[in-house]
Amino acid sequence: MRILVCVKRVPAPGAKIVLTSDGQDIDASLLGFTVSPHEECAVEEAVQIVEREGGSVTVMTLGPPEAEEQLRSAIAVGADSAVLLPTGIPDWDPVSTSAALVAAIRESESGHGEPFDLILFGNESADSGGYQVGIRVARALGRPMVTGIKGIDTEGDRITARRETPAGSEVYQLPLPAVAGVKEGINLPRYPTLRGRMAARRAPVSTIEPTPGTSGQSKVVLATPPAVGSEVDILGEGAEAAPAIVDIMEELGLV
Amino acid sequence: MRVFLYLVEHDRGLIEETTLGGLTAARQLAEAMGAQLHAAVIGQAADRPAAEVGAYGAEAIHLVRHGLLTDYGPDAWADSLVQLAGSVGPAAVIATGTDRGNEVLAHVGARMDLAMVANCLEIESDGGDWLMTRVRWGGSLHERARLVAPTKLVTLAPHSTEAAHAPRPGAGRVVEFVPELDESAALTMVKDRVTVSEGITLATAPVVVSGGRGVGSVEGFAIIEELASLLGGAVGCSRVVTNNGWKNHKFQVGQTGTVVAPDLYVACGISGAIQHWVGMMNAKNVLAINIDRDAPMVTKADWAVIADLHEVVPAISAEITRRRGLAREGG
Repeated sequence: MRILVCVKRVPAPGAKIVLTSDGQDIDASLLGFTVSPHEECAVEEAVQIVEREGGSVTVMTLGPPEAEEQLRSAIAVGADSAVLLPTGIPDWDPVSTSAALVAAIRESESGHGEPFDLILFGNESADSGGYQVGIRVARALGRPMVTGIKGIDTEGDRITARRETPAGSEVYQLPLPAVAGVKEGINLPRYPTLRGRMAARRAPVSTIEPTPGTSGQSKVVLATPPAVGSEVDILGEGAEAAPAIVDIMEELGLV
Repeated sequence: MRVFLYLVEHDRGLIEETTLGGLTAARQLAEAMGAQLHAAVIGQAADRPAAEVGAYGAEAIHLVRHGLLTDYGPDAWADSLVQLAGSVGPAAVIATGTDRGNEVLAHVGARMDLAMVANCLEIESDGGDWLMTRVRWGGSLHERARLVAPTKLVTLAPHSTEAAHAPRPGAGRVVEFVPELDESAALTMVKDRVTVSEGITLATAPVVVSGGRGVGSVEGFAIIEELASLLGGAVGCSRVVTNNGWKNHKFQVGQTGTVVAPDLYVACGISGAIQHWVGMMNAKNVLAINIDRDAPMVTKADWAVIADLHEVVPAISAEITRRRGLAREGG
């Protein structure tokens, strides 16, 4: 099975988000970068399917040239090839992002002579959380897509996908070629091996130049929400604090 | 009069709680912008939820029914909604930013070739444009965005508005609408369901006792589980715990796990990274147990104990047991 996984480079913000002085972006000067957790799982899922059934995993990203780092990380955990759509500005809106991905996917598929059997996205990006790039891509390619997926089984020319709901789960069956938006928890992503890291360093990353587009949505400015709540009340240190804690639990009607 | 069309979410006729809050917010928005609120209810069982919708201020309720709309399916729902929008001509199509709400509206955006702005907290008009505050990073960052579009497609951040009946109920005029659906729209319909019955679920538990890196191992969770059980609560964990394989992902609280809002959240050995914080920031009370006084979870909590969780958690359980014993003897 030929699988494509689309990922996005995002900062790893830790415990506090600091903005640049113009409020246009996160100040990432002291931060590392990663892909969204859902996407880490999408890469892992693709690698596991290909380990079971054979085939190949391609990773694709639209982002700054530095996003090559995230593509190589995917190769280090088992992806076979990588495509970068380099951009100058940091934040493409969802409509332009999907249009650029569609163009690149078509180019890649026509080069290969057949479509990817399965395209995986993370359910939503960790940073902008637009919840739509995968859906727009699937629609443009005329392929069925479901999101929120936490389980995929492959059976010949179709997949069975499972989505969690508060009451249990819903089951979908899609004919291939298909697209799915997966969520963290579908698997436990592996760590790269030393050999994987070496391979990732040498692997070629191909480039497709994206054409910027426009849509009706534009970012004006970012802001951190006002802090809520009061000073923390330190109840004590060590096990001696237990009675004070249970006092509070009593006040809350829990004991 | 301009019309705002709101997508009512239901599961085979049973209305979703989040949809009523969204409906309330959509009505307030329509009022503020001088528009009329209409509701769209899609599916064979659409008449059941429709009965509830009028009280929230909908002037018209569109029952969208078709033989293929036996259950939920993103393509069938989006095709239906696009056709209904074609017939009603709304200035905005609005849903709540749930899994389904975001999914259907994104499909609508793709079909109508329009922008779709997800998880908005506040919306105001600026001439013909909309200016909105929307959620990023699960709520730890807000984005001010501008939307220029002939039809505005937005979802509202779930739980941002409490459900409330309209001061004056809407006319609630029921209008039947039959879309034209192709068999291909049924490809993505729910094919089957697995129902799990759990007692206390993480998402709805009144108390959550959660463990992080400080717990240190699979076995370390025994004391967390004991305390949760004594308090009638659920066990949670941070992403580090899941990544280390100490707990299954279904226990994970956070941006990419479960979002909780219990009366009390007890964070044991959790430093408080944003990924975790946005999953429990709506807890009414937060108690942090951590050896690091400067951990973000400690500084943001209501109460904190600077202690090794391995010592203090069993001491809390023992104290609860002791007091309950006294209460029984006394009674």
